[in-house]
Order: sequence, then C-alpha cells, then structure tokens
Amino acid sequence: MSAAKRKKRVFTIMITAFACVAAVVFLLPTVLTIANSFMTSGEISANYGAMLGNMTDDEKTYISEDVNLKFIPDKVTFSQYESVLFRNPEYLLKFWNSVILTVPITLFQIATAIFASYGFSRYQGKLKSIIFFMYVILMLMPYQVTLVPNFLVAEKFGILNTRWAIILPGIFSPFSVFLLTKAMRRIPTAYTEAARLDGANELQILFKVYLPLCKGALASIAMLVFIDYWNMVEQPLVLMNDSDMHPLSVFLSQINTGDIGLAFAVGTIYMIPTILMFLYGEDYLVEGITYSGGIKG
Amino acid sequence: MRKRFKNQCGRRGERLFSNLSIAPSFIGVMIFFVIPFGIVIYYSLVDNPVLKNFVGLDNYIALFANTAFRTAMKNTAAFSAIAVPLAVILSLGLAMLLEAEIPAKSLFRTFFLSPLMVPTASVVLVWQVLFHNHGTVNQILELFGVETVDWLKSGYGQVVIICMFLWKNLGYNMILFMSALAGIPKDALEVAELEGAGKWYQFIHIKLRYLSPTLLFVFILSLINSFKIFREVYLLTGSYPYDKLYMLQHFMNNTFNSLDYQKLSAAAVVFALIMIVIIAVLMIAENKFGKDVEE
Repeated sequence: MSAAKRKKRVFTIMITAFACVAAVVFLLPTVLTIANSFMTSGEISANYGAMLGNMTDDEKTYISEDVNLKFIPDKVTFSQYESVLFRNPEYLLKFWNSVILTVPITLFQIATAIFASYGFSRYQGKLKSIIFFMYVILMLMPYQVTLVPNFLVAEKFGILNTRWAIILPGIFSPFSVFLLTKAMRRIPTAYTEAARLDGANELQILFKVYLPLCKGALASIAMLVFIDYWNMVEQPLVLMNDSDMHPLSVFLSQINTGDIGLAFAVGTIYMIPTILMFLYGEDYLVEGITYSGGIKG
Repeated sequence: MRKRFKNQCGRRGERLFSNLSIAPSFIGVMIFFVIPFGIVIYYSLVDNPVLKNFVGLDNYIALFANTAFRTAMKNTAAFSAIAVPLAVILSLGLAMLLEAEIPAKSLFRTFFLSPLMVPTASVVLVWQVLFHNHGTVNQILELFGVETVDWLKSGYGQVVIICMFLWKNLGYNMILFMSALAGIPKDALEVAELEGAGKWYQFIHIKLRYLSPTLLFVFILSLINSFKIFREVYLLTGSYPYDKLYMLQHFMNNTFNSLDYQKLSAAAVVFALIMIVIIAVLMIAENKFGKDVEE
C-alpha cells in the first residue's frame, strides 16, 4: 500500500469514528427515553428520586442523593405502559387532544394549500407576487408576533379557550402554501398545455396533472406540518386556559412528581407517530427540507 | 372565429379559476393574521382598548423601560448570538462529514436527522436527568475533579438550552447544506484540483462561494428557530425559570396572563420590525450572492 493510500485510509477511519461519536450523541436522548420506559416504577424512582423535591424523609432513605442515569433496565417490564394505558386515562386523553388538534390542522392546511398553490403557480401577476411575498414574510414570523393577532381574533370570535382558537389559524398558516407553490412551479408548462389540448379544464389539470406530480412534495409537507404541531407548546399555553384540553406535548412537562415512573413511557408513546412517519418517509422529509431552502419562490 | 372566442373565454376562465383558488387561503390569512395585526399596531398606539386615546409612542417607551422585557430581550439575544453561529458551522460540518467517503452514510443521515422527529416533550426528562445538580453531567465532571455547577439554576442554563437547540436543529440545516454541496459543479473543483489547489483553498474559494446563499438562508432559519427556544426552557423549567433563562416568549405569556394589551401589542410590533429588518437583509444579500454565483 502506498503512503498516500494509507494516509487516506487513516483519514477515513478517523472521520468514521468521529461520525460514530456524533451519532451516539444524537441518538442518546431518544434511546434513553425508550430504554427507561421499560423499567419498573420502583427502579425509576430509585434512580431519579433525587429530582423530586417533595418527598417525605421516610422515603428519602431508600433513595440515593444522586440522579443515576441508567441505560439498561434491571428487569425489562411493560408495567409503565400497562399503567399508562389501563390505569391512567388522563394520558390517553391528552394524547387524543394532540391528535384532535394536529390532524385537522395538517389535513386542512394542505387542502387549502393545494388550491392556493395552484393559483400562485399559474398566471403570475404583479398583485399575486405581492400576496405571495406577504405569505413568505408571515411564514418567517415567530410566535411572539403571530400569537397576539391570533389571540385578538379568538377573543373577538368567542373561540378563546376552545380548540378552534388553535385549529383555525393553524389551517391558514402559510407554510405549506409556500412549499407547495415551489413544487408546483417546477412542473413544466408543456404538461398543462398538453392537458388543455386534450380538453381538460382547470380542475382536471389540478387534480389529474399537478397533484400526481406533487405526491412527494405533499407527503413531505404533511410530515413537516404534522411534526411542527405535534410538538406545539406556545399556542395552547396562550390560547387555551383549560389544561384539560392541552395536548400531551404541554402536559408531559407538568407530570407531577408522583407519576415520574410513567413519564418515560408516556414520552415514548408520544414519539411513536412521528418516529413511524420518519422511518417510513425519511426520503420525502429530506426532499421537503431541500425544497424549503431559499425564500425566493 | 367562434373557436378563437371560446379559447379566449377559456383563458379568461382559467385566470379567474387560478385567482379564485387563492381566495380561501387569502381570506383566512387576512382574518387570522393580517387584519388583526393591523389592530395590534393600533392598540400599540392607544392608551387602552376602551378609551382609545392616541398616545403616540408611550407604550413603546414603557415597554423598553420594563425590566422584564429588557431581561427577556437580553437573554434571547445572548442565546441567539451563540447558538446561531454554532448551528450554522456545526451543521455545515455534519454535511461535509456525510460528503466524505465513510461507510453507511444514509444510516448516519438518519441518525443526525432523527431529533427533528422526536417531540421535545418526550425527551425532556432525559435532559433534566443529564443536567440535574446531582445528575449525569455533574457526576462525570466530579469524576475528573472539575467543579460542578447547578446547570438549570445558574447562568450555565444557557449552555443546556444551546445543547438542546443544536440537538434539535442541526439535522434540518445539514440537509439544506447537503443539497447545496451536491449542487456545486464538479468541473470547477476538478480544474482547481488539476491546478494543484489544496483542499483548504478549494473550500474557501470554491465551495464557500457556491454555498453562500445557503449559508445565509441557514443563518436566518436558525435565527428564527432560536426565538422558539422558549419551548425547551418551558418544558425544562416551567413558566418562571432562573433569571438567565427568562425568554421573550415568557414575557409574552406572562403579559397575556395579565391581559396588558398595550404592552403585548407594542412587543409584537417591535418584534415584527426586527424580523422585517432581518428578512430584508437576507433578501438583499440573496440577490447579491445569487448573481455572484450565476456569473
């Protein structure tokens, strides 16, 4: 082996080793959460008891001062899941709250976006490009800006403290219009011309030509929107006072100390939908992220 | 003749359809974002929503005099100033790592991207365990005889949220850089290679030049995401965190609770202005760099 080749090989090994270390860091929080979800409640409170403030002195004697991060359970058990699923219905209720907020937002945001993006990608005029520009600006605005208008509207319409206060602004959030317009603008005009020669009207062009060509983009947008709202914290805190209606993403942080033995299982259950999506559609997700690069239409 | 007429009519119909199809979304955006934002601007200029006396910039002056707001601004700015450059550099590093010849690239991509798909709330307990006063990180530090700190209840809290921010956001940025790196014309690099340019020279003079629009975009995106760090702080420490972790959204939430519309409105307008300046800089720069690469 020549010296240059050997040098290259050493370089490859070093870089791979570095990538492995990085991968461990990236996976650690997720893997630990899942691993800990298979411990008994007793083991959890023995390990993490020191995090709980309000214990009686009696209990404290059984628990070490330190918080011991454990990787492998002493005994693999589904007892946490059993309690979450069969004995503590409040968690399932909160999970359902997440579903009932996130699913309609995702579906209707995309449905509105399909029509709007079609409009933006065909016949570009001055007014339309101004409106599109407004969408881009709006998309980039953080919650500190958008939540105040949302709050005012919700109050005016009397939907404050109901699910609508989150769902309605969510449906009209411009993110998917932006991404889908970008995808539709890539469709060559030859396709539409050909469809029109065949006598297709606009609706047919949209549903028979555009949508099939945008399948990948639609899947990736759906994933990005879903994750975004599945992870929501800000909107429920501001727009819904009633914590019974809060999604699990907010409630998880409020799990009271007595239930810490369940928190890992609840956390794991909560990540199942998004992890499944990820495993199934990673390539779509990557495609969608790639589309989002650059703010020009 | 008739055919032509029909055709024109058809065109007009198509135009109408394409305009109408925007309507539902446009009306929604107007009702839920644009018009109420107009009201927000109005509220920021009057003394209260009932009397509606015009008070000029008084609300803004009061806002900037408010210590909670100043603390929140300072903490958010300090966080962004460190987290954003780190997010840009590290994600570019990851993208280049995946460009190098290593085995199982797609597996590594999956690993680096996975935090994006994990709800923050799901893993927040692990972060608490890691950074608890008697937690894992401190135990490791003790092992090496380094003095420990109570991470979440001291100024070092910023370190924790920077870690969480990077963990969550690097994957997304990395994908943007990967596609930009793949878009660099191979012949430019080959010519440089033939002329004996070193790797470092190639990186600075060719790659970075082609990457500049993406660098800028990732920078802005990370900046916007850094304003969302409230989520991590809230999940870790609740509504009233240690002073150094008090973020802008904490300020907003607490002001929501006291229903102080003037303060809220002024804060939202200030924030919108800051964002508009940032976006304008991005657009101007994107135009400039974009042309630079096309030449």
